[in-house]
Amino acid sequence: MNSRAVRLVVLILALATVAGRVGAQTLTADLSSHVIGITTGFVGADLVLFGTTDRPGDIIVIVRGPPTDLTVRRKEKILGVWINGSSAVFHDAPSFYAVAASHPLVDIASQESMNRYGIGLENVKLQPSRPIPEPRLTEFRAALLSNQEKIDLYRRGVAPVTFLGEHLFRADMSFPANVPTGSYSVEVVLMSGGDVVSAQTTPLIVSRIGFSNGVFVVAHRHAVFYGLGALTFAIAAGWAAGAVFRRV
Amino acid sequence: MQIYLPIAQMPVDPIVVLAMGALVGLLSGLLGIGGGFLMTPLLIFIGIPPAVAVATQSNQLVAASVSGVLAHWRRRNVDFKLGIVMLLGGAIGSIIGVALFAQLKALGQIDLVISLTYVLFLGAVAALMMIDNFKVLVLHRNMPMRRRLHEHNALHRLPLRMRFPRSRLYISALLPLMIGFVGGLMVAIMGIGGGFILVPAMIYLLGMPIGLVAGTSLFQIIFTTGITTFLQAVTTHAVDVVLAAVLIVGGVIGAQVGTKLSHLLKPEYSRLAHALIVLIVALKLAFDLFTMPDNLFSVITPGGQ
Repeated sequence: MNSRAVRLVVLILALATVAGRVGAQTLTADLSSHVIGITTGFVGADLVLFGTTDRPGDIIVIVRGPPTDLTVRRKEKILGVWINGSSAVFHDAPSFYAVAASHPLVDIASQESMNRYGIGLENVKLQPSRPIPEPRLTEFRAALLSNQEKIDLYRRGVAPVTFLGEHLFRADMSFPANVPTGSYSVEVVLMSGGDVVSAQTTPLIVSRIGFSNGVFVVAHRHAVFYGLGALTFAIAAGWAAGAVFRRV
Repeated sequence: MQIYLPIAQMPVDPIVVLAMGALVGLLSGLLGIGGGFLMTPLLIFIGIPPAVAVATQSNQLVAASVSGVLAHWRRRNVDFKLGIVMLLGGAIGSIIGVALFAQLKALGQIDLVISLTYVLFLGAVAALMMIDNFKVLVLHRNMPMRRRLHEHNALHRLPLRMRFPRSRLYISALLPLMIGFVGGLMVAIMGIGGGFILVPAMIYLLGMPIGLVAGTSLFQIIFTTGITTFLQAVTTHAVDVVLAAVLIVGGVIGAQVGTKLSHLLKPEYSRLAHALIVLIVALKLAFDLFTMPDNLFSVITPGGQ
């Protein structure tokens, strides 16, 4: 049994005991890991979310990446050439967005609660930095969603949350290799009669580690040193290649 | 296998990047061209953000031009005095170019400017080369021969005349300075050494001996690409050393193999192949500019991707 599986079992047992003892706590959930480390060999990551609830209902999990400003630009034809024309900036948009649920969203959540809690791709909160008139707002919003969906940073499809018995549930979550770094929030909500009756948020950190972090940090904080290093390396490599191949 | 590029912030298959570097290196060794104009579009094609592609490409070109200039230096085919005057212009060009690049990137028009300058420069060069090739291959006419050592034109008589003994020239220093300046701008904005503009300019505008042209232009390209790499590293932070290292390894191997094979190819055919490649790249970029894109929208994060 590997260490990850051991941790999961411990987690499940701990959650089961906590849920059994604390009556007021209707919802408890935790992740198999709170950190995703991006190394040089990073190809994406899989996490497992486990939780228990002592009330009947459905579970929805919403994963949001750190908020960021996303600029949407539309190409327009000017003098026969397609160039970037009008643009809109969406303030504090999630840099990553994915949802998991124990049943199809429409069956377990009312439109009102989906709007309020930002459940489902169509309900992601996107606030333009300046007011944009309709129908442009709808068009730019839809373009943002579909472009982010294409690079797998926003997900339209809802991943499954499965109940193991009456109280215990799990959800498998995958993160693509281009996942943005920063602090994520993983929100678990308990739905009953279409409304949110309980909610819990778990943090998740995505960060570069090891060599790839070293390069990034040096490139940004010690840019002069980094630039000189890149030059020295290139000159040495060019020189070495010339010297080696001269004898071949 | 995949490796994660720390600055481009995406994983790539190193074998693919190595093969791209080797292919472009092979062509550059075989045909005697820089190859930057092929590499930047290829990098963008595999999904590298244009800013990272251009900045990293300039780093790779430093290595390529150092290894290229060594061979010419051994044969004493570098006019250092002329090269230094050109690189003064080149330094100013790359400083202005990097500032312009950052400005255009903020305006969201850097992709357009990259494409337009490519289409204009490559198209013009391809057309000139095709005409020359047509004369040689179809009309069986020889390449134009020089009647005198070099011909003086009005540009040579601009102020600040200077002697360049190695090239046996007595011309205005402003001319090589301007040619270098254009070269520097191109490194910063297009991520290419600019050899395909510098070489004809040095032959036709300066009237330099042909034997010294390749070595001298490579000599100044080391500095323009070097200055650009440094400025990009400091201002846009877009130089990805991991990507550059893989490209350099592929590129130097390909270039050396290409140089060894180059004697197998007749110069007329190598010029024709060069012209065709330049033409295809220019046509592809022009086609993309004038046809309606599949996706009209693009999304940009603060990091610039």
